[in-house]
Amino acid sequence: MSAPHIAVKGVNKIFASADREVVALKDIHLDIPQGQFVCLLGPSGCGKSTLLNAIAGFSLPTSGSITADGKAVTGPGPDRGMVFQEYALFPWMTVEKNIAFGLEIKGVAAEKIQDTVTSLLAKLGLTDFSNRYPKDLSGGMRQRVAIARILALDSPIMLMDEPFGALDALTRRNLQDELLRIWAELGKTVIFVTHSIEEAIYLADRIVVMTYRPGTVKRDLLVDLPRLRDPSSPAFNSLKRELGQLVMEEQQRHHDAELVAAID
Amino acid sequence: MSKPFNWREAAAGLIVPIALIAIWQAACSLGWVNEHVLPSPWAVVTRWVAYLLPAKPFAEFEGSWLMWAISGELLLDASGSMYRVVVGFIVGAGLALPLGLMMGASPRVYAWLNPLAQVLRPIPPIAYIPLAILWFGLGNPPAIFLIAIGAFFPVLINTIAGVRQVDGIYLRAARNLGANQSTLFLRVILPASVPYILSGVRIGIGTAFIVVIVSEMIAVNNGLGFRILEAREYFWSDKIIAGMISIGMLGLAIDMGVNKLNNYLLRWHRGLEH
Repeated sequence: MSAPHIAVKGVNKIFASADREVVALKDIHLDIPQGQFVCLLGPSGCGKSTLLNAIAGFSLPTSGSITADGKAVTGPGPDRGMVFQEYALFPWMTVEKNIAFGLEIKGVAAEKIQDTVTSLLAKLGLTDFSNRYPKDLSGGMRQRVAIARILALDSPIMLMDEPFGALDALTRRNLQDELLRIWAELGKTVIFVTHSIEEAIYLADRIVVMTYRPGTVKRDLLVDLPRLRDPSSPAFNSLKRELGQLVMEEQQRHHDAELVAAID
Repeated sequence: MSKPFNWREAAAGLIVPIALIAIWQAACSLGWVNEHVLPSPWAVVTRWVAYLLPAKPFAEFEGSWLMWAISGELLLDASGSMYRVVVGFIVGAGLALPLGLMMGASPRVYAWLNPLAQVLRPIPPIAYIPLAILWFGLGNPPAIFLIAIGAFFPVLINTIAGVRQVDGIYLRAARNLGANQSTLFLRVILPASVPYILSGVRIGIGTAFIVVIVSEMIAVNNGLGFRILEAREYFWSDKIIAGMISIGMLGLAIDMGVNKLNNYLLRWHRGLEH
């Protein structure tokens, strides 16, 4: 196999405020090959979003290095398209304009943009919504637009920060299937942050379980189940039990830490 | 979505004004009040129509029929006042908008200019009248100067607030999609600030309209503000009230126009009924 698509080497991230320091990430090593679907799993406060933001280039590590596609990450860029939990669509632009935005600022020719947008609208079932504003769309529809927006740039890497966290269960499953279809078709490398164990098992090739503060890799395992996965199958459930145990240990540490903080 | 016109609601809104006008008319007809102090509604309406209509008969007018039809004093006064409001507002808002964008976006520019802005802001535009006349003499220039000051601060303050409240998530999303600083500013920060900027525009136009009336009372010899002061000199209280009503109608028309513009520009915005 060639060099990893994304390489995280010895990454530490410390958030310092006036009276204390929080070690959010501690000595993280992660090599992700091209085309792998990785879920970062853990309770809130485990640094999974911090790690994703570091890879995205929004918040660089305090020490250590991250390379994507062989290049050191020094800031955000369209080679690592990000889908946010809060959608982050531009509310003053129509669906079509949101999807076209990345291409427009890149200076792509208007007809080419139109072609790309038209095919993405069709691919994500958004054709009838092309002239709507985000406020007129449901959460699921908004997240489709957000996905289309980064697909327009054809980023080799998709970073997803709990993208389906705010959706109802049915919409969520629907979008998970859609994402798997797109991923299988386009062969993107996906890093997907979630605190849902079931979502991680349903989607991922590989699950990285993280510890509560400081965030370290607690378990890094490959999911060896055929797709589409059946959440009611015994294999799915035994993995769910195993991961549930790991995540609950960290959740307990989170809980204890909050109690201590409250007493202080 | 535009709502169908509600006749019941409109009728309900007319009851109180009609009752007040009836009492007013009755008080005048029965001789309870001096007609020089409070003329009857009917006298006001008559005066208003005379104010609106051309002063000379068409036969004596040199020019086209249309020019004659709009040669009434009221229309000249209203257009004179509108002209000053528009020019003054454009000058004031035109300076406030770029300055506000810079102050909102750059903490350094803000640190330089905000103390000065905070000191100058509470000075009412009216207080600049003596200086305005010293600097610009009489006529339109001092009026436009005063109106520009009146429009400047609301637009400035709201623009700064608008830029500062832009949700960081949009900036992150735009940078992720490859936006550089100027794209970020023009295509994200500016449109995201529009709701705040427009509410500043609305306040600014309101202030401009107040200031125009005052400035016409001191510096120029036409306009609605000048006319009601002139009417006082002659003790034409019916014309004073006719002028006031005209000011009210013009103000309402401006506000409705700005509101329409608001709804159009903010059609993407949540929580607006339109």
